[in-house]
Amino acid sequence: MANDHDGTNPRAGTTVEKYRDDNLPGPGTGVVASDAVENPGFEPFRARVSDLDPAKARANERRVSGLFFVSIIGSVFAIAAYIAFPIVDGDPGSIRLNNLLLGLGIALALLAIGIGAVHWSKSLMDGHDLVEQRHGTRGTEATRQKAIEVFELGNKESGFGRRTLIRNTLIGALVVSPLPAVVLFRDLAPAENPVPLLQQTMWKKGTRLTRDPSGTPIKASEVTLGSAFHVIPEGLEESEHKLEEKAKAAVLLMRLKPEDLHVSAGREDWNYDGIVAYSKICTHVGCPVALYEQQTHHLLCPCHQSQFDITQEAKVIFGPAKRPLPQLPITVDSEGYLVAQSDFTEPVGPSFWERKL
Amino acid sequence: MSTTTDERPTTTVEPSRGQRFTGWAANYVDERTSISGLVKELGRKIFPDHWSFMLGEVALYSFIVILLSGTFMTFFFQASMVPVLYDGSYVPLKGIEMSAAMASTLDLSFDIRGGLLMRQVHHWAALLFVASIGLHMLRIFFTGAFRKPREINWLIGFVLFVLAMAEGFTGYSLPDDLLSGNGLRIIDGLIKGVPIVGTWISYLLFGGEFPGEDVVGRFYTLHILLLPAILVAALGVHMLLLIINKHTQFAGPGRTNDNVVGVPIMPVFAAKAGGFFFIIFGVIVLIASLFQINPIWTYGPYDPSPVSAGTQPDWYIGFADGALRLVPPGWELELGPYTLSLNVFIPTLVLVLFLAVVALYPFVEAWITGDKREHHIADRPRNAPTRTAIGAAGVTFYAMLWAAASSDLIATHFRLTIEGVIHACQFLLIVGPIIAYVVTKRVCLALQKKDREIALHGYESGRIVRLPGGEYIEVHEQLDEYERWKLVSYEDYKPLMLRPNAQGKITAGERLRSRASSWFFEDRIAPVTKTEIEKSHGDH
Repeated sequence: MANDHDGTNPRAGTTVEKYRDDNLPGPGTGVVASDAVENPGFEPFRARVSDLDPAKARANERRVSGLFFVSIIGSVFAIAAYIAFPIVDGDPGSIRLNNLLLGLGIALALLAIGIGAVHWSKSLMDGHDLVEQRHGTRGTEATRQKAIEVFELGNKESGFGRRTLIRNTLIGALVVSPLPAVVLFRDLAPAENPVPLLQQTMWKKGTRLTRDPSGTPIKASEVTLGSAFHVIPEGLEESEHKLEEKAKAAVLLMRLKPEDLHVSAGREDWNYDGIVAYSKICTHVGCPVALYEQQTHHLLCPCHQSQFDITQEAKVIFGPAKRPLPQLPITVDSEGYLVAQSDFTEPVGPSFWERKL
Repeated sequence: MSTTTDERPTTTVEPSRGQRFTGWAANYVDERTSISGLVKELGRKIFPDHWSFMLGEVALYSFIVILLSGTFMTFFFQASMVPVLYDGSYVPLKGIEMSAAMASTLDLSFDIRGGLLMRQVHHWAALLFVASIGLHMLRIFFTGAFRKPREINWLIGFVLFVLAMAEGFTGYSLPDDLLSGNGLRIIDGLIKGVPIVGTWISYLLFGGEFPGEDVVGRFYTLHILLLPAILVAALGVHMLLLIINKHTQFAGPGRTNDNVVGVPIMPVFAAKAGGFFFIIFGVIVLIASLFQINPIWTYGPYDPSPVSAGTQPDWYIGFADGALRLVPPGWELELGPYTLSLNVFIPTLVLVLFLAVVALYPFVEAWITGDKREHHIADRPRNAPTRTAIGAAGVTFYAMLWAAASSDLIATHFRLTIEGVIHACQFLLIVGPIIAYVVTKRVCLALQKKDREIALHGYESGRIVRLPGGEYIEVHEQLDEYERWKLVSYEDYKPLMLRPNAQGKITAGERLRSRASSWFFEDRIAPVTKTEIEKSHGDH
């Protein structure tokens, strides 16, 4: 805290003074120096080559018009390329050529205009700096006075300030009037409550686990040790809301050695001989947890790098996710195909407020 | 240009046919619009020149390019998520089920001549648009061009920045490809993480459960109608205030807080700025013809199940994605039956807070200095060391969030562990801004001292002279007064001296203000005064 009030600015550092007594807005803690170096005024004008030498000026003129001429060539070239290099069905090379040559023609046409115009302005147009005075942004006292009078007249002639009942009911009406518009947006989504929808998937007791995307069922014997399958429920392709169901029901299936799995109480029969199924939808913000590290049995979410340890029931071992991936209880049916024992026992995917309701 | 009358009294030459036509047309328009008044007012308006004033122009011109290329695309794009079987020219996707939005984007790319070019122009221009807005904001910030009377225009510019990001994100989502679908999935997760209302907002936005069949159509309306309308309106006010406030200028000989020195709109600025528009347009088209961007055909249609490793959002969304990645494990609470996803909600709050600080900074600085004067001379960043250091800290904070969005790519490219990269980013997110603050402040003060030194004692000329006594000295040359003026003319502030108010009290607010004021100004370096210069000349 400096107390060296040197007197150059009586206002600097004060807290009490208001600046209403004069019209000049104050500098606050700004120092108004009495001993400042004086502005030396404008530098003498330095003429450019083209100001001094008419031959150079003519050369610049030729350059500028040359560039504008090049621009015309570019435009014509672009039109020619559009016609001469059509897109041939089934030939990706033709698309590339069309894109490249059309683009180069247009770019040349535009750049030549631009460079020409800038060159013209810098080399041939008058190079002197001009000066314009600024005026304070606030209106003059007279103008401000007039403005106040206008408002006062408006107030007087309408009685806006006097007839407070009118004023207050008007404000009330205006505040309430947008509410119907807000209500109108309710039907952006269907009438039903989203919470039950988010709490269930299409997995049911006996639903077969099938391959994504072919939909062929998976036999337990096909899941060899160390392999991983991307799984969708049987019948997903036929379901009415295919993507919505898939966004909840996608599952990763892996087989580990049964002794590697640390199974908690109550989940003893959720795996089948070391085959486990976990929701593929990240419990962070819902990306598919698609990367399986076979050696470490870790699942990695490529979006935000949450890592889940499959040997510990998909517990989060790194990254922003909190909850483990929900496990799908599975078993085999009479034909040896893997089936779900039930739906997930908790909501899948990103957390939401009513998740535990 | 009006050529209705030839003012040279000696000429009696009849105006040419062209001149007669221009005169007639100008008269026709003016008699119906009074436009001559506008031309008189604005035609010779002065614009000061500095390379950094170009950044806002880049933003404006790339926005025009976006409007033009985007309009072209609307003639072909179908904003519908109705599933169709793709039957276009791109063989690898033939027969694949996808939304009409994706299929029409592929048709635009592969079956319309120039369609791919326009898509790439649009996307590259969008990237440039947000980038140039960001740089323009940094220029305004570091030169103090947000000070009175331009605080409102700073806010409008801030709104434009947010709108540009919103435009970018909604546009990115329209093709309904795998990458944009995953982006939407993340947004869905973000919204669901908002306490109490999140589930319902997501439900309403997507018209049901994610992904639904509505979001592309809704985003399309936002992207091409609502957001551009607000953007254009805000841009108009932004430009209008620029004209009313007149442009700032850097300190220079003859330039004062009360004048504007530069080139007139007609003709020099018009030619330069108009030419510059074509250069920006040309450069964008050049990039679009040479470099592929967002090849949705290699990603395929959206499917909630697959995702490829190493996917990146467009650069300006990176800071949000990085914020999500840097959350330490385990940030989620259960409050009775309710779940509070702090791991999602806290990053959202941090981003909102960061943006709020950006938006409100001018008002904070104005409160600290208490300065009510108008400022039209742009500061050199070194002459406002604390502000510049705060800016550097903010840039570092943003940069760390941004770098974190590429944590996986950094890890694979430099063969580091992903955990190591995340931990380093977390550490630097906190410590980096502090280091940046301290270093920047020191550098600014050192540069100010250097400026003082040069202003008072001249610069090293490199000329070594041997004095009669055998001593060698390097001759210092004095600056001319024009050069010196640029070094010595800047605003100086003192820390606020705490004094009781009229009631004899020192309020808590004033205490805070005084503390902030000494934080800003206590190690200030005062500008060189006339007396000092005279004294130093006497010494030589």
